[in-house]
Amino acid sequence: MVKRLFSFSVMATCGMLAAGSAAVANVIYVTNEKDNTVTVLDSESLEVTATIDVGQRPRGITLSPDGKELYVATSDDDVVRVFDTQTLKQKHLLPSGPDPELFDLAPSGNPLYIANEDDNLVTVVDVDSQQVLAEIPVGVEPEGVAVSPDGKVVINTSETTNMAHFINAQTYEIFANVLVDQRPRWAEFTDDGTLLYVSSEIGGTVSVIDTNSAKVIHKITFDIPNLPPESIQPVGIKITHDGGTVFVALGPANRIAVIDGKTFEVRKYLLVGQRPWHMAFLPGQKILYTANGNSNDVSVIDVDRLKVTKSIQVGRQPWGIVVSPEQGEEK
Amino acid sequence: MNQYRQALILPAILAGLWALILLPMAQAEELPTVFAAVIRVDNPNRPQPISRLDLAPDDLGFAGGDLATSDNLTTGRFLGQDYKTLNIAATPETAQQALEQALAAGVKFIVVLASADIVLELANAAGERALVMNAQAPDDSLRNDNCRANLVHIAPSRAMLSDALAQFLMWKKWNRWFLVEGSHPEDKALGDAYRRAAHKFGAKIVDERVFTDTGGARRTDTGYVQVQRQMPVFTQRAGKYDILIAADEAGVFAAYLPYQTWDARPVAGSAGLRPTTWDPSLEAWGATQFQRRFEKLSGRYMRVEDYQVWLALRVLSEAATRTQSVDHQELLKYMLSPDFELAAFKGEKVSFRPWNGQLRQPILLTNGHIMVSVSPQDEYLHRLTQLDTLGIDEPESTCTGFR
Repeated sequence: MVKRLFSFSVMATCGMLAAGSAAVANVIYVTNEKDNTVTVLDSESLEVTATIDVGQRPRGITLSPDGKELYVATSDDDVVRVFDTQTLKQKHLLPSGPDPELFDLAPSGNPLYIANEDDNLVTVVDVDSQQVLAEIPVGVEPEGVAVSPDGKVVINTSETTNMAHFINAQTYEIFANVLVDQRPRWAEFTDDGTLLYVSSEIGGTVSVIDTNSAKVIHKITFDIPNLPPESIQPVGIKITHDGGTVFVALGPANRIAVIDGKTFEVRKYLLVGQRPWHMAFLPGQKILYTANGNSNDVSVIDVDRLKVTKSIQVGRQPWGIVVSPEQGEEK
Repeated sequence: MNQYRQALILPAILAGLWALILLPMAQAEELPTVFAAVIRVDNPNRPQPISRLDLAPDDLGFAGGDLATSDNLTTGRFLGQDYKTLNIAATPETAQQALEQALAAGVKFIVVLASADIVLELANAAGERALVMNAQAPDDSLRNDNCRANLVHIAPSRAMLSDALAQFLMWKKWNRWFLVEGSHPEDKALGDAYRRAAHKFGAKIVDERVFTDTGGARRTDTGYVQVQRQMPVFTQRAGKYDILIAADEAGVFAAYLPYQTWDARPVAGSAGLRPTTWDPSLEAWGATQFQRRFEKLSGRYMRVEDYQVWLALRVLSEAATRTQSVDHQELLKYMLSPDFELAAFKGEKVSFRPWNGQLRQPILLTNGHIMVSVSPQDEYLHRLTQLDTLGIDEPESTCTGFR
């Protein structure tokens, strides 16, 4: 597989990489909630290659499956902005309703499902026509959104109702509601779609839900010596392709919990920067990056050794993070 | 949706009658229903606040309840539970009557916005017929000698509020306090709470004065002219202090103190830096959406009373959701159990102290414009939860009602 230097033009412009560099680098994008910017990092050099002004209070961030479009929820502008990853220029806006925070793309890249906290709705937006396809009434303060690997089920967590709502992606109807602990923030499917992990920030737990029965089969709790339990606030979740290892960002506990995906036991706590919110894998999953809100940096985790190897200064209050996909057959 | 919401109707008797007439119509769906009433007892003798920004809106407290009921219904529709809330405004004379009417209509949960004596009167009258939730009275006596097994406290006590401020001031190393208390009984009680907090956390009260309320109009044209001359003189020669603490629950003088003290010192307590459960400036922990939902519904900022009524009804909903019951004894049992927890836009879960029915909660410190800090401060540790560093803890509690 030939990897291409991603968004080459930008890096050339920035003069960060010498011509002829053989680096097969990916690009890391980090939303800086306080700075109204996205920091662009090179995964090889771990240098900042660009900083983009993206609008007020950027948080949720994702990429189209081909890596060509970057989606950023700018919460205080009440829109989702779409950027061209080649030029780092804004292409257009997507209607989101007020205060968009988190969203997820269908595996095919269309549509985009956006949690709309103010109106207790999940907004379904066609990213090509840029039209709202549907508005789905859910619980109070919808937050996390996850689309199943087969694209057939959309999960939305509602923070005040404390549920994971299972939505049929065809009919937009809710077919199951699973009660979890207080203030569910993030939902993440395993790659095979059989399990759904939901973090409860205030409850301090992660619920493991069997997606067939829509039942909680296990509740993961955390216990870190010498830390008050209130400081353990699970937010972001990432799972390895085989489902064997689950990483959970614990917010003010300043740690990432590493969980066995079979026994659901916590294997290790990795001390990262302050208040990790969200995480992203490098393709191949050898490296995991965390966006640390209170220390303004990104921690780099070696996934095999379970070691934090580096931290990189980004903008103020980094929140969301995404890494460009494997560059496939393009030459 | 058969949510029973009604505008403020005076007198209270009418509200009760309306409930009786409309209730049978509302029961078409026959879902298990958490049926609550918010009884707000307005005291016409209470002094008017100094600032017009603090004047009470007609729907004070009720608007918070309306938002909670709407939130609860959204959750309830997924679980086959219904929520109904009556809003009843009463006077100290009609409070009992309002309670009886609500009970007669089938209400099992009474959220009370009233002074401590009335809260106690209503809790005694309700007995085993209903759970009473105190959403306003801060008196520590209600959490101690006068605690009741059917009475829980959503509102924080004076000890919790003063401890929250004290922890922050100790963190700042501003430990020399000049305490100025008002002449009303509640001001004296608040002054006592600050004396207790000073002793508990090691602050020193270097001077104390009483500001006597001589009555008079809330406002006069160019009233500041006299204030600007009186307040410096009142605070003159106070000894060496770091901060002035105003204990003015009646709200008749504290707002005059900032910038008017003889010495260039900050003010805290009832003015300046205030300990509180809510402030419309709060945006952390997802509060922005909550503030906006409230503002859309009511057309104004959320007040402390609104937040506390909202929280009381959310507590009920959380207990009803987890137990799948609407029985008040069942819900109380669950609320006081270690399983109960609730997110309340305070950055950590709130829960109850099972020994006296007090909701443990973080306390905001606000200057009225932004949030300055939130207590408990990190440095104050506790074997159970840091939240119990605020207020009177179990070993000191004299409440026996829950044993």
